[in-house]
Amino acid sequence: MDAHAGSRIAIDNVTVGYGTRPVQSGISARIEKGEVFAIVGDSGSGKSTLMKTMAGLIPAQSGQILFDGHTLEACMQKGAPPFGILFQSGALWSSMTVLENVTLPMDLQSYSIASARAELARFKLALVGLAGDEHRYPASLSGGMRKRAALARALALDPAILFLDEPSAGLDPLTSRRLDELVLSLRDGLGITVVLVTHELESLYSIADRMIFLDGEAHRPVAIGSPAELARSADSRKVRDFLARRGGVAVEHTGAIG
Amino acid sequence: MNPTFRTEAGTLVVQMPAQGIHPSWLARPLAESGFAPDGASVLRVEAAEDWRWGSVEAAFLARVVHELGREIGEPALVGVPAELKKLLALATIPPTLNSGAKPASSWITGVGLRVRQDLRALCTFIAMLGEVVRLLPRFAMARAKVRGAEVLETLAESSSRALAIVAVVNLLIGAILAFVGAVQLRRFGAGIYVADLVGIASVRELTPIATAIVLAGRTGASFAARIATMQGNEEIDALTTLGVSPIEFLVLPRVIALTLLMPLLYVYGCAFAILGGMWVSAPILDLSSAAYLVELREAVGGANFAIGGLKAVVFGALVALLGCHYGLQADRSAAGVGYATTNAVVASIVAIIALDAVFAVCANALDV
Repeated sequence: MDAHAGSRIAIDNVTVGYGTRPVQSGISARIEKGEVFAIVGDSGSGKSTLMKTMAGLIPAQSGQILFDGHTLEACMQKGAPPFGILFQSGALWSSMTVLENVTLPMDLQSYSIASARAELARFKLALVGLAGDEHRYPASLSGGMRKRAALARALALDPAILFLDEPSAGLDPLTSRRLDELVLSLRDGLGITVVLVTHELESLYSIADRMIFLDGEAHRPVAIGSPAELARSADSRKVRDFLARRGGVAVEHTGAIG
Repeated sequence: MNPTFRTEAGTLVVQMPAQGIHPSWLARPLAESGFAPDGASVLRVEAAEDWRWGSVEAAFLARVVHELGREIGEPALVGVPAELKKLLALATIPPTLNSGAKPASSWITGVGLRVRQDLRALCTFIAMLGEVVRLLPRFAMARAKVRGAEVLETLAESSSRALAIVAVVNLLIGAILAFVGAVQLRRFGAGIYVADLVGIASVRELTPIATAIVLAGRTGASFAARIATMQGNEEIDALTTLGVSPIEFLVLPRVIALTLLMPLLYVYGCAFAILGGMWVSAPILDLSSAAYLVELREAVGGANFAIGGLKAVVFGALVALLGCHYGLQADRSAAGVGYATTNAVVASIVAIIALDAVFAVCANALDV
C-alpha cells in the first residue's frame, strides 16, 4: 500500500473478468493527480471491464486498486466515491430533467447544503455548455448534449477522478473534439485526474498524457507510456500499428515484429 | 464566510473570505452581499494568498461575472487564478437564480394540451385499427409481411402460461356467484336456479370480462413493454427503413393471435366457472351434479354463448390493439416503457368494461 501512497490511483497486479473467466490479468499502473490516462486496446480486450472494475462495478479477480492509498471500500465508508463516471451511453435517468439528473447525486450524498444544490448543478451544466437546457428531458437532447449532461452529472460531487467510457462514441469529429477540449479544460480548471477508455486516436493523441494498451489476444497489457512515445518505440508491433492508424489510414510500418 | 463587494474607480472588488464562501450564498441574491456594479468594467478578486477555491466559489464568481456582463459587457478579470479563469470562460452563460425556470402555464393550457394529446392518441389508435382491418385480407391470402412464427410464438406465450390463472379466476368467479345465489335462492326454495345464475352470468358476462382482464394484465402489458423497448432500441426504425410497416409486422400478428386465442380461453374459462358453481352449490343446496348440469343446459342457450364468444373475440382484439398502440406511442426511454405498460393495462380494462356496456345495450335493443 505504501509503495502507491503518492499516486491518485494505484493498480497493483489486477486481474479483471466476468465470473471466473479472466479477461485481462497482470495489470499494474500508477495514475498521478491531474493526469489524463487512457485505456486502449482492441475490441473485446477488456477496456471497459477494467474501468468498471476500477469503479467497483465488477469485482477484481485478484490484485488491488487504491485511490490515494485507500481501497474503494474505505473511500465509500467516508462518504461518496472519489470518482464520477461518464458511461458510454450517457446513462442519464430518462424520467428526470437534465437539472434533476445533476442534482440527484448531490441530494443522495447530502452534498453541500440543500438550497445551494440547484445553483451548483446549474453551474456544472453551464460548464459543459448546457445552461438554458436544465428542464429538458434526456430524450429531447442530441447525442452530444446527452454526453455533456452526463459529464455534468459525473462532476456533480466535485470528484477527484473522472472515468470516461468511450466519451467520443457516436459523436461526430467536431463534437468529439469539443468534448476533448472540455475534458482538458475541466482537468486544468478543477485539477481532476481523468481515466478514459477510448479507441479514437484523435482523442488519444490530443488529450492523453499516458496510455495503457490491453492486448485482447494475450489477455494482458503490453504497453504503457505516452501515445507518441509508444507509437515510435513500443515493443509490441500491434501497439505501434494501432497507434499508427490515424485518421483511418494506416501509416507505412517498417519496424520489426514486436 | 461572507463575500463582500466594494467599488474603486471603475473596478468592482470582491473580497473572498479566507475560509471559502458558505454554499448558502449561492441561493441568495447578490445584492445581499453588497453587489452594486456602478458601471465597473473590471472585476478584481481579493483573497488571502493561501485561498483555495472550489465549486461553490467558482459558481459564485460565475454569477458575479454574468451579472456584470449584463450591465457593461464582459468584465476584465483581475486577481483570478488562471485555472479558475478557464472555468469561468467555459461557463459562458452562467447560472442565475431564476435561469432555466419552467415557463409558467395556466391550468387551462394544461388541460387543453392534455385533451389535444389524448385526441391525437385516439386518432392514432383509430388509424391503427383501420390499418389492421385493411391488412386482414392480405393476411388471409398469406401476402402480409408477417412471420408465421411470430403468430405461433405469441399464441404459445399467451395461451399455455395463461391457462392456470384463467382457470383459477373463473373457478372462483363461478364459486362466488353460486355461493351468493345459493344463500338467497334457498330462502325462496328456488335453489336449483343457482345453475341458471352461474351459467348465464358467467357465460354471457363475467367470463369474457374476467378472461380479457387477465389477458390485459399479462399479455397486453407484455406487448406494450416489448414494443416500447423495441422503440427505444430503434428496432422499429430499423423495420421502417426496410420498408416494413410496424403495424403489419408487429401489430397484425399479435392482434390475430389474441383474436384466435380469446374464444378458446373463453370456453375454457366458462368450463371452470360452471365447475366452480357446481363445486359450491352441491354441498350448500344438496344439489346433484346431474341436476345442476341439466338446469344449466336449459338456462344457457346458444344465444348466451354466441354473445359471450363474440365479446371474447372483440376483447381479444382490443387488448392486443391497445397493448401495441401504447407500445408504439412510447417515449424512447425506460420511463416510456413503464408508462406504456401501465397505460395499456388501464386503458384495456376501462375499454373492456365500456364495450361490455355497449354489448349490453345492443343485446337489449335486439332482444337477445
